[in-house]
Amino acid sequence: MNLFNLFKRQGTAPVARDRLQILLAYERGSTRGAPDLLAILREEILTAVGRHVEIDSDRVNVRMDRGDKVSTLEVDIEIPNTVRMAPGGGRRKRAVPAHRSAS
Amino acid sequence: MAKVVVVTSGKGGVGKTTSTAALGAALAQLGQNVVVVDFDVGLRNLDLVMGAERRVVYDLINVTQGIAKLPQALIRDKRLERLALLPASQTRDKDALTEDGVARVINSLKQMFDWVICDSPAGIERGATLAMRFADTAIVVTNPEVSSVRDSDRIIGILDAKTVKAERGERVDKHLLISRYDPARAARGEMLSIDDVIEILSTPLLGIIPESEEVLRASNLGSPVTFNNPSSAPARAYLDAARRLMGEDVEMTIPTEKQGFLGKLFGRRAA
Repeated sequence: MNLFNLFKRQGTAPVARDRLQILLAYERGSTRGAPDLLAILREEILTAVGRHVEIDSDRVNVRMDRGDKVSTLEVDIEIPNTVRMAPGGGRRKRAVPAHRSAS
Repeated sequence: MAKVVVVTSGKGGVGKTTSTAALGAALAQLGQNVVVVDFDVGLRNLDLVMGAERRVVYDLINVTQGIAKLPQALIRDKRLERLALLPASQTRDKDALTEDGVARVINSLKQMFDWVICDSPAGIERGATLAMRFADTAIVVTNPEVSSVRDSDRIIGILDAKTVKAERGERVDKHLLISRYDPARAARGEMLSIDDVIEILSTPLLGIIPESEEVLRASNLGSPVTFNNPSSAPARAYLDAARRLMGEDVEMTIPTEKQGFLGKLFGRRAA
């Protein structure tokens, strides 16, 4: 809290109003037929990566932030350097970590 | 032509049952024949708020299943004959309620009364969707608080999709009833204002019920607040809302407990 806020002493209602407006804009879209773009992107990105390397679900970090004007999707997938890329892709089972196939 | 009204909200504890009792009583006080119907199977409470809990013999499910005739299940209010209650079942499970059964009961009630007011259970399950299914008008009870507003938005979406009227391409007439409103806190920016709520939900306002001790006092006694203390702030707010439901043009005010300086200055229309 800065000094300006101390003098202004603004209530919390405007925050409530803004949060509701952002949330409801999203929920109305998703419950009334329009697809949720961020959810689709998340699914497709994970599937695309998963086609080439085996994804350890513990090492995937997905963050979404729905804003008023702009939303962000952050997908953070840890891929071990020992992984050999599956040639051609498309066959998920081929993407075996190098250290395991060597043993 | 009888009107079927559903009092709904999505969220629990916002004042659906209190509002059903108060609006039903207020309409009866204004000369209308009213029945209030409890749809909260398993958790009925409208009987208690109306002070009729010791007079329940048959219930809504008994009637839909043909075990009791409708007039046997209706409980006439002792204070006002024009007001009746159809209680929910306390023991049966909520799946005992069928759409056909509810349709038949509501059609019969429409022949007997001017207003059929359905008190919806919380949530968006079967009981809630059946309570709104045959409604011409919906009263969405909302507290000026984020979770209540969100759930109201959800319910408004369901009213536009799952009612008989909506399926016929018509519209359920929707109104907001904002309850537990504290004008002083709203003025200080600590509570969503009436304008905030109306803007977010883009639904017209039926009334503003101020936060008041009178509401608990009335439910303690089993008397709708409009009966118990008609001159109290919430009672006046409910009576105004009832007039608006009847189509009267009543100026939107937030009644206060004591007639303050401003109230004296501007006066109030006699009730």
